Amino acid sequence: MTLAVQFTQVSRLFGEVKAVDRVSIDIQDGEFFSMLGPSGSGKTTCLRLIAGFEQPSAGSIRIHGAEAAGLPPYQRDVNTVFQDYALFPHMSVLDNVAYGLKVKGVGKQERHARAEEALSMVALGGYGSRKPVQLSGGQRQRVALARALVNRPRVLLLDEPLGALDLKLREQMQTELKKLQRQLGITFIFVTHDQTEALSMSDRVAVFNRGRIEQVDTPRNLYMKPATTFVAEFVGTSNVLRGDLAGQLSGSAQPFSIRPEHIRLGDSAVSGQVQVSGVLHDIQYQGSATRYELKLDNGQLLNVSQANTQWQADAAQLQPGQRLAAHWAREAMTPLQETVLGEGR
Amino acid sequence: MSLALEKPAPRVSSGSPMRRFSNLLYRKPNLYLALLLIPPLIWFGAIYLGSLLGLLWQGFYTFDDFTMAVTPDLTLANFAALFNPANFDIIVRTLTMAIAVSIASAALAFPIAYYMARYTTGKTKAFFYIAVMMPMWASYIVKAYAWTLLLAKGGVAQWFVQVLHLEPVLQFLLGIPGVGGSTLSTSHLGRFLVFVYIWLPFMILPIQASLERLPPSLLHASADLGATPRQTFMQVILPLSVPGIAAGSIFTFSLTLGDFIVPQLVGPPGYFIGGMVYAQQGAIGNMPMAAAFTLVPIVLIAIYLSIVKRLGAFDAL
Repeated sequence: MTLAVQFTQVSRLFGEVKAVDRVSIDIQDGEFFSMLGPSGSGKTTCLRLIAGFEQPSAGSIRIHGAEAAGLPPYQRDVNTVFQDYALFPHMSVLDNVAYGLKVKGVGKQERHARAEEALSMVALGGYGSRKPVQLSGGQRQRVALARALVNRPRVLLLDEPLGALDLKLREQMQTELKKLQRQLGITFIFVTHDQTEALSMSDRVAVFNRGRIEQVDTPRNLYMKPATTFVAEFVGTSNVLRGDLAGQLSGSAQPFSIRPEHIRLGDSAVSGQVQVSGVLHDIQYQGSATRYELKLDNGQLLNVSQANTQWQADAAQLQPGQRLAAHWAREAMTPLQETVLGEGR
Repeated sequence: MSLALEKPAPRVSSGSPMRRFSNLLYRKPNLYLALLLIPPLIWFGAIYLGSLLGLLWQGFYTFDDFTMAVTPDLTLANFAALFNPANFDIIVRTLTMAIAVSIASAALAFPIAYYMARYTTGKTKAFFYIAVMMPMWASYIVKAYAWTLLLAKGGVAQWFVQVLHLEPVLQFLLGIPGVGGSTLSTSHLGRFLVFVYIWLPFMILPIQASLERLPPSLLHASADLGATPRQTFMQVILPLSVPGIAAGSIFTFSLTLGDFIVPQLVGPPGYFIGGMVYAQQGAIGNMPMAAAFTLVPIVLIAIYLSIVKRLGAFDAL
């Protein structure tokens, strides 16, 4: 398996701030790889380092085996879909898409044919003569995608490209992007702060926090076996239990995470399960599930999520203020590495 | 919407007349707009456009060369007289200067504007703004007079040329017919330099504004798609700054067309349009001819604007 992009101990400093701090990643060729993290976590800087808009302060970046540090963007075999699409407002849609071919000296006839082809690939055939301002957000997004893909890059970088779209369109684009990636077989590197987006599309996800990588794993492992307290809390909703309570329940002082949907309310009948009790604090009806907040005796809030699988209303209605037990399987607990805040600053 | 309005709404407050008036304005936004717009429209329409049209109308009046009297007999003679060789020379001279000044200002202003827009922030940017605008705070006449001294024989400009041992170059330039003259201060070249100096800020600021609006992501996108810096400049930066260059050149072009002080103070003898208008209506008292001359810059600017528009300068606005 060849590596599409390889980061070895890459750092990028802005003055005193370490935007990227000794990051090493191996991204496989043909992989849909996501960089997930809150804003300011270094994921976008990593993308810009691959594109060449930023140069690393230290470390090595290899793109398909060749050292890229020091190369300007126009000498790299990668293309970017920008967050704000960055379409050229003075050019028609066709000229926008054909731009990359034009600056490389491809003849007019061939580049227009290839641009048309790229436009029809994103279902925008026949929109070539329009100006970007005449398109909707979703259409501009597709033009930006066609403009990047027409150059047949080996690596496509996507910088939160779906951020500006509404929910329905975003979900539709997620499916289409994934389909396109499989069809073309090129490496997609996708930056997002939306964890559902990262989980649903990617082969592997890197979770960023404060310029460092917390965990690189498949979506399933990231959710089921988070490595650190940060990953557990950032990817999905989780209950992170620490200290005395953790020791009491798991027999180890290490913090652990338990997902809300893995907890059952009520007394445990089965032995070997972990049981806690507390006062029901809040109930939120969310349609497919109901979410309960249980205030444990040590004051910590425990999130519990129960799927509403009964089509008839539950006979026993729970009320806030009620005393209640909750239990879960011992195997559902994932021991975590504590993320030390302030590290790397 | 109208249904809801027609229904007699419960009166929350009949209130004072002021309150009723403001409620009326709120319900009738068009009335509100009209009240706001009528005063400036009267000013613009009657005082500005009205007097201009009145002036141009006088261009059709007859001027009697013997009695020096203006009679309201309509004639096209004044406009025909614009094409007399003497008058036409004035128009060509002014137009050539306006075009040359606009081109030179754009060439000089672009790098400054580009640097201001893309490389300066905070205090440095403020410094540049002040540096560009400060010359405009000084009186225009003072600056023009100062330049007559700077360019005069034995003045600073000539001393500078001597120190650099560039006298042969200057002599060569002054020897070119249509450009030169006996000294810098009496040459077309000197006049051109003063014009460029005086109007340069009017070119820098609009170009700077247009470059400021250029999102950096466009430049990244261009480089990302494989364009070299030169290609990015030609394909993206320059086309998108054309509206700024057009706006700036409208200033430099029209201001040069109408100026009558610089041509009087610097450069060889011979009228510019502005000077001719001044002379016709002042010393000679030939108001109809002055009015006819006034039409020339208006027509030239209209032609200029239509060319600029046809080149697509306003498409990116």
